[in-house]
Order: sequence, then C-alpha cells, then structure tokens
Amino acid sequence: MGQETLLTIRNMRKSFDGTEVLKDISLTVKRGEVLSVIGPSGSGKSTLLRCATLLERMDGGTLIYHGDVAATDESGAMVYASKKDLKMIRRRFGLVFQNFNLFPHYSVMKNITEPPMLTEGISKEEAYRRAEDLLGRLGLTDKKDAYPGSLSGGQQQRVSIARALAMQPDILFFDEPTSALDPELTAEVLKVIRRLASEHMTMIIVTHEMQFAREVSDRIIFMEQGGIQAEGTPEELFSSENARLREFMGKFTA
Amino acid sequence: MLKQLGNGMAVSVGIFLLTLLFSLPLGLLVAFGRMSRNRIVSSLTKIYISIMRGTPLMLQLIVVYFAPYYVFGVSIGGYRFPAIIIAFSVNYAAYFAEIYRGGIESMPKGQYEAAEVLGYSRAQTFFRIILPQVIKTVLPSITNETITLVKDTSLSFVLAQAEMFTIAKQIAAKEASIGPLMVAGIFYYVFNFIVAFVMERFEKKLDYYR
Ligand SMILES: Nc1ncnc2c1ncn2[C@@H]1O[C@H](COP(=O)(O)OP(=O)(O)O)[C@@H](O)[C@H]1O
Ligand SMILES: [Mg+2]
Repeated sequence: MGQETLLTIRNMRKSFDGTEVLKDISLTVKRGEVLSVIGPSGSGKSTLLRCATLLERMDGGTLIYHGDVAATDESGAMVYASKKDLKMIRRRFGLVFQNFNLFPHYSVMKNITEPPMLTEGISKEEAYRRAEDLLGRLGLTDKKDAYPGSLSGGQQQRVSIARALAMQPDILFFDEPTSALDPELTAEVLKVIRRLASEHMTMIIVTHEMQFAREVSDRIIFMEQGGIQAEGTPEELFSSENARLREFMGKFTA
Repeated sequence: MLKQLGNGMAVSVGIFLLTLLFSLPLGLLVAFGRMSRNRIVSSLTKIYISIMRGTPLMLQLIVVYFAPYYVFGVSIGGYRFPAIIIAFSVNYAAYFAEIYRGGIESMPKGQYEAAEVLGYSRAQTFFRIILPQVIKTVLPSITNETITLVKDTSLSFVLAQAEMFTIAKQIAAKEASIGPLMVAGIFYYVFNFIVAFVMERFEKKLDYYR
C-alpha cells in the first residue's frame, strides 16, 4: 500500500443531447483505496464509471491512469490516446456490471480464461491456473463447467468478478453490483467485495448499500445532478450536516 | 422414368446446396452493409433487399439468365446453371441478411461493452461473442427459409433447367399421367423432411446453454 495515484480524473464533463450529465468531476484514487460513489438515481454515477472505463467519450476534462493520459482536452477539444495506448490503458482496470454481462455461450471457465488469453496473450495453462485460483477463492470451483444461464444471480456476479480479476487490473470498478440481486444473494456478493477490500484491492464502487459503503470504504463521494456534492471518510459523510446528503441517506437507513 | 427423376433430383439438391453455400455468407455481408454507418452503403443495400423481396424470384431468374444477352449482347455458353445459382444466391442472401440483422440488433449492448472493457477487438467481439449467439437466435428463421428454398428450386423450370420439377412435368405431359408429378411431390416432401431433421439437430446442438 503506497501513496501511488492510480487514477486521476480532472474536470470531467459529459453531456447527452445538450444536457449536462457530468459537471466538472474531479477525483483521485490511490493504490489500495476503496472509494464508494453514492447518490440518487440519474445523478450521473454510471456515466462517471462509463467515461472512466472508456465506454463513453467524455466531452471535457482529463483522465489519467497511473501517469498515462487516456484523454485530455486541449483548447476545448478532447484528445484521446492512440488506439494502441488505450489498449494498454484498458488493461489497468476492470468493470463489474449491474447485470453481470457474462458471455452466455461460454462456460464459467471460458468466461474467465479467454479474455486474458486473447488480450494479454498468456498461455492456456497460466489462464487456467489463474481461473482455478480465483474460482476457489470465490467458492465457485464446482461451477467451472456450468453455463451462466444455469447459475443464480449471486453466482453470476461472482463469476463476473472473477472474470474481471483474471485480467489482474490495478483498479476494479463496480456499477451497482448487487442492484439486480435478492437480499440473500446480495450478501454473498458483498462478502466477496469486502474480502477484496481487506486484500487491498483498489476499487471504485457505485452502490446503494449504505451500510456496506460505510464499512468497506476509505472514502465516499456523494453525487447529485452530475456533480460531487460531498466527499469524505465514511464518518465524515455519515455525520455530515449537508441537508441533501442527509435526506438521501434517510431514504436508505429508514 | 425413375432414373430421369433421379437425375433431376440430383440437380435440385445441387441448386439447394450451392445456394446455401453462397447465400449464407453473402447474407452476412449484406447485413453489414444494411447496418453500415455509411449512408450510401446502407441505402443501396436497403434498395437491393427491397427489390429482392418485392419482386418474384421467377422474374429474377429470367432477368439474371437473359441480361448478359439483352443488355450486353453477349451469350455465354453453359450459363444456364450458373445463372440459376446466382439468382437464387442473390435472392436468398437478401432474406438471410434481414434475419441476421434482426439477430444482431437483438443482442444486448452489455455483451459488446463487457467485451470492450476486457480488451476484445471489434473483430474478436463480433466473431467470438456476438455471432455465435446470433446464430443460435436466428436458426429457427434460417430453417424456415431453407425449407422454402427446397420448394423454390422448382422455379428453375422457367429456364428449362433439367431439375426434378422440370423433368417430372415433361414426363407427365408425354405420358399423360399425373404419376411423375406425385413422385416429384413425394421427393420434395422427403427432401424437406431431411432438411428439417438436420436443422433440428443443429438447434439441439446449440441448446447447451441458456
Ligand atoms: N446514453 C445516454 N443518452 C442520453 N442520456 C443518458 C444516457 N445515459 C445516461 N443518460 C442520462 O444521464 C443522466 C445520468 O444517468 P446515469 O449516469 O445512468 O445516472 P445514475 O447511474 O446515477 O443513475 C440521466 O438523466 C440519464 O437519463
Ligand atoms: Mg446507474
């Protein structure tokens, strides 16, 4: 655990059809840090993750992964790194989706082994070693030959976490990883994320699980209407006097 | 008589197989054209598809066969069979293209996004993630078209191609009997029975997931 900065976002802006969805977002994430992003639906949390993971082009600002500039605006125009550089930069992060997005025609094993074999060029043996290790740690060893469609939502989400981890990313993003799950299944996924936090995996987690965010995060960001309304340690945020934040939290802790 | 019909049957099967061989991949290409972001390409393919689907296949056969002579003033020896294959392939490619397009457009965006974040190239995403799933979803529609194709091969009679139906008609006229046509009917039925069986096997094979 160093003080190395893995991710820097400066003045990120994004509009859809003239409506500003992200207004001047700035944040940094250091190695080993767990950052949670909370906020009402429509506040731009997913858009922030999508811009950070290069799924969406930002309209302004700077995005830097571990010193490598992925995108920046020069005199008003966005400039993205070359295709080749972006390919390298993509290997730095992983993304876990709300609805898993596993490949249904692949077995669990192939879901986890194919991506690093294709994009990192590691051997099949190495890919299987990684996958078996991850499946063991996530309690999915007996599911390695199953197809995603035959698994519960919680199992699918754990597989998708394993798939992301097999790429050995520096940072893992989660976009509401438990929102599609029943309470019992939510618990099993949160347990996995807690464990990753205890192993000092660097993570940015968009979540509505307030109690979980409080326990697991080093820092929490509260977003509203495309901007960061409040930011701080869990203690700071949960005792904040910010009226909007209190109102938002009230809905979840009731 | 059965020997003649047998020869005709071989020709019909040949038309069927060659048409599938060319139109299935060609249809994918047409589907790409139809979904192209290039306006000109997508408009042209759209017009092509609408003509292929909006005019009789019988007419298309005649046009393809006679066009070299009437338009370019050249007559090509032995062009009859190739003309039939071209007309069928180009026509069926249009139908297959629309089926593929429906299948491709029905794929959830999340599949593309997951692949993108994992570092798959566009080609890897299409051929490894999207296409295999599309094939599974469109297979029933492909089966339907394939069964229609078996029956459509009989349209080759307009170019007097000696396939099953043409021969059956000739023999029936010569012998003033409906027998040969009945035999032809049985042949098409059995042919389609086999096609349906084979396609069902394919569908079963793809049933391993979801
Ligand atoms: N692709 C898009 N096109 C147009 N509007 C979008 C798109 N994606 C998100 N939005 C809009 O941007 C706003 C923020 O959305 P989102 O980032 O999904 O919020 P959150 O994840 O916090 O619920 C919403 O008003 C949403 O309707
Ligand atoms: Mg969201």
